[in-house]
Amino acid sequence: MPKYNFTVNNKQVSVEADADTPLLWVLRDQLNLVGTKYGCGVAQCGACTIHYNGSPVRSCQFPVSAVGTGKVGTIEGLSEKGDHPVQQAWIEMDVAQCGYCQSGQIMAAVALLKKNPKPTDEEIDSTITNICRCGTNVRIRKAIHLAASKGGKL
Amino acid sequence: MSIPSVSRRNFLRVSMIAGGGMLVGFSTLGNDEKQELDGTPFSPNAYIKISPDGTITMMSPNPEIGQGVKTSLVMLIAEEMNVDWQKIRVETAPLDAKYGSQTTGGSGAIRSRYTKLRQAGATARVLLIAAAADTWGVASADCYAENGSVIHRTSGKKLSFGELATKAASMPVPANIPLKDPKEFKIIGTRIKDVDAQAIVTGKPLFGIDTRREGMLFAVVARPPAHGKKLQSFDDSATLKVSGVKKVVQVKSSVAVLATSTWAAIKGRAALKINWEDASKLESTADHEKAFKELLSKPAATPNRNDGDVDAAMSSATKLLDVYYEVPVLSHAQMEPLNFYADVRDGKAELYGPTQVPQNLVATVARELNIPAANISLGLPRQGGGFGRKLRPDNGVEAALISQAAQCPVQVQWTREDDMQNDFYRASGMFRFKAAIKDGNLEAWQQSFACLSNGRSPDTYPAGALKNLRIESHSLPTNIPTGPWRAPTHNVQAFANECFMDEVATELKKDPVALRLELLKKAKEQPVGRLAYEPDKFISVIELVAKISNWGKSSPNTYRGFSTWFSFNSYVAQVVELKMEKGKPKITKVYCAVHCGKVVNLSGAENQVQGAVVDGLGHAMYTKLTFKDGAAVQTNFGPYNFVKMRSTPLDVEVAFVPSEENPTGLGEPGLPPIAPALANALFAATGKRFRKMPFADDIQFA
Ligand code: FES
Ligand code: FES
Repeated sequence: MPKYNFTVNNKQVSVEADADTPLLWVLRDQLNLVGTKYGCGVAQCGACTIHYNGSPVRSCQFPVSAVGTGKVGTIEGLSEKGDHPVQQAWIEMDVAQCGYCQSGQIMAAVALLKKNPKPTDEEIDSTITNICRCGTNVRIRKAIHLAASKGGKL
Repeated sequence: MSIPSVSRRNFLRVSMIAGGGMLVGFSTLGNDEKQELDGTPFSPNAYIKISPDGTITMMSPNPEIGQGVKTSLVMLIAEEMNVDWQKIRVETAPLDAKYGSQTTGGSGAIRSRYTKLRQAGATARVLLIAAAADTWGVASADCYAENGSVIHRTSGKKLSFGELATKAASMPVPANIPLKDPKEFKIIGTRIKDVDAQAIVTGKPLFGIDTRREGMLFAVVARPPAHGKKLQSFDDSATLKVSGVKKVVQVKSSVAVLATSTWAAIKGRAALKINWEDASKLESTADHEKAFKELLSKPAATPNRNDGDVDAAMSSATKLLDVYYEVPVLSHAQMEPLNFYADVRDGKAELYGPTQVPQNLVATVARELNIPAANISLGLPRQGGGFGRKLRPDNGVEAALISQAAQCPVQVQWTREDDMQNDFYRASGMFRFKAAIKDGNLEAWQQSFACLSNGRSPDTYPAGALKNLRIESHSLPTNIPTGPWRAPTHNVQAFANECFMDEVATELKKDPVALRLELLKKAKEQPVGRLAYEPDKFISVIELVAKISNWGKSSPNTYRGFSTWFSFNSYVAQVVELKMEKGKPKITKVYCAVHCGKVVNLSGAENQVQGAVVDGLGHAMYTKLTFKDGAAVQTNFGPYNFVKMRSTPLDVEVAFVPSEENPTGLGEPGLPPIAPALANALFAATGKRFRKMPFADDIQFA
């Protein structure tokens, strides 16, 4: 099996995996970073959203062989103390129901705010295409606005 | 793990922990017996553990599936105890017969535990106060508990629960401990954030799918590709060559591939050569639709309800309405695909994973594995949604069988495709509604329902309000497995019922809200037959939603639909507001009024109703699952079209009717009325009736 060295959450990692292995399963099964979730495997739900060089990527459709020298960021590395403004906004709005989709939602929201610090409802609606089966969408939208209004270091 | 028992009664029991501290739990022996328990680790059969260092751990007895019970059940204990909410740690209890039924379904956790959990909290408080009073040599009546401490009223002396715990455990338990008057509540009825919020936003391993244990293999399973097929033979030689694949085992009509990673197992499964054979008919959705129509062309053998003389009223009507409504099959599509961890060896089983029916799961595993239930332990993680799917224990049972066959610990992972093909689906169905109208009055109402499962409809309004009313149902035999799906039967019946009521209102030229109020007034004053609901509560939600939505006031390019429903002892009325954007409807706002007795967690309750609204709107607009020759046509999100942010209303306003009555269900009741409210709003906007879900088959949404 080929060997891959790359950076996850600013740490150097080394894994052996088939070239076509989705990064999702490398993160979850080999690196024990299980905050990145599996929901569909076909880039439809967003539960597996990670950051690749700061951009949101659906890791279920991103083979480990494509990582190269790019930087991978997961929910576990978003902040040291779990106090990223988006994480705080999520807690403040009490967004989660089952919570399963939320790490992907947060990763997508962080990437959106990095590009667009004050998104409108419409910009949120067209950018955040993750699925929440519990229907927390209304609170997700509010939490993104709340994080945006706090500004700070996104 | 103990065997579920119905013959013994469970008593609250207070124990001392070796090394200090107090435990409020259960006893199956009697409440006067005291026993030293090993305090580390946390004894699983307790509600509350107080350690001398002040840590208070509370067990939430029902599995958390997104309905908020891990937070709200514990609020009940905390309220009566007067603890400092910030200092509590919460865990989900493992399966233990002493907790009573730990099934999560039917919006029942809060309903069934409202008093019992408060009693546990009150017992702890009374004993802590007694311990403090005894320490100070004062009367208990002169002391009170607040924020995790007991305080002596006159001297102001203060001891923390942690300091008092050990002594409290030795105080006699009084026979009758009064519960608080709801007016004194400080926690119940407030907004409390989910106890796992921090763990969720930081991606902690909370879920069954996150289970990682020493020596465990990942498994995926090849199950029959269509309902009606079974395994004939398989060849795993190519599979065993896939790197990472360790074992292949057959379990019943399925083949499991075990590997060192999920991906290796998925690739190994793809390499299997399997022959499936037909075991029964391979059914298709088109056949079901035809069969429903046929069933509905004849009267049912025995009506579920038959008030007055519907036929006579129909034959003397000046206007007869006769329309069909249709609902598709749905998958539960809980966000966390099914999975389960099992380690079966030496006649023992250790299980961990998502289920709504812990007791049933263990009983079934015991039977299938032929081992005593006492040898099975089951831990319950937080679960990525339920919606009724995990009311069947198949995921856990299958994992146990695989572990037994492979003789190693295994984490069985279902792919989304597996989940959609092997669901116990929401049954599809068709309704036929008839109404007789004479001289501007609704004289008779008939509802016939044909569906893939037992189609018996809930006996609810307008039954009780009409002189002539008949409700009948037919079921179509099928090999497509069906099961409860959030607000079972209500979720389809409310749609047909409330859309048809809107049609009747239009026909009678009456305001839809006024028509409901008029009917409920009749039900209250001159009820016909059995009345399953309380008209006053129904009226309270209708009036409240009319008020908050300014019902009756029109504004430009704003169209509204109204609907109301009663389920799980709760009453909900909703108004959907939409705008037309270049000929496409866009839902802008939803108003909800809810009567669910006392609201326990205002934030959680509101979240449940908002979620039910988005869930119900999404399914009404976009989602269906169809079959071709026994196989699901839509096997993943995408084709299984699901609501996203762009179709989500900007706001869902939720108002609760104030009530001090015991709480009623809330995980489900918010869902049934929303689809008809949307259909009625679409009628207001387009003049067209939407009688078949999903509506996106007939109209494009913005
Ligand atoms: S799991 Fe990757 S998008 Fe759904
Ligand atoms: S919170 Fe359950 S899927 Fe989003």
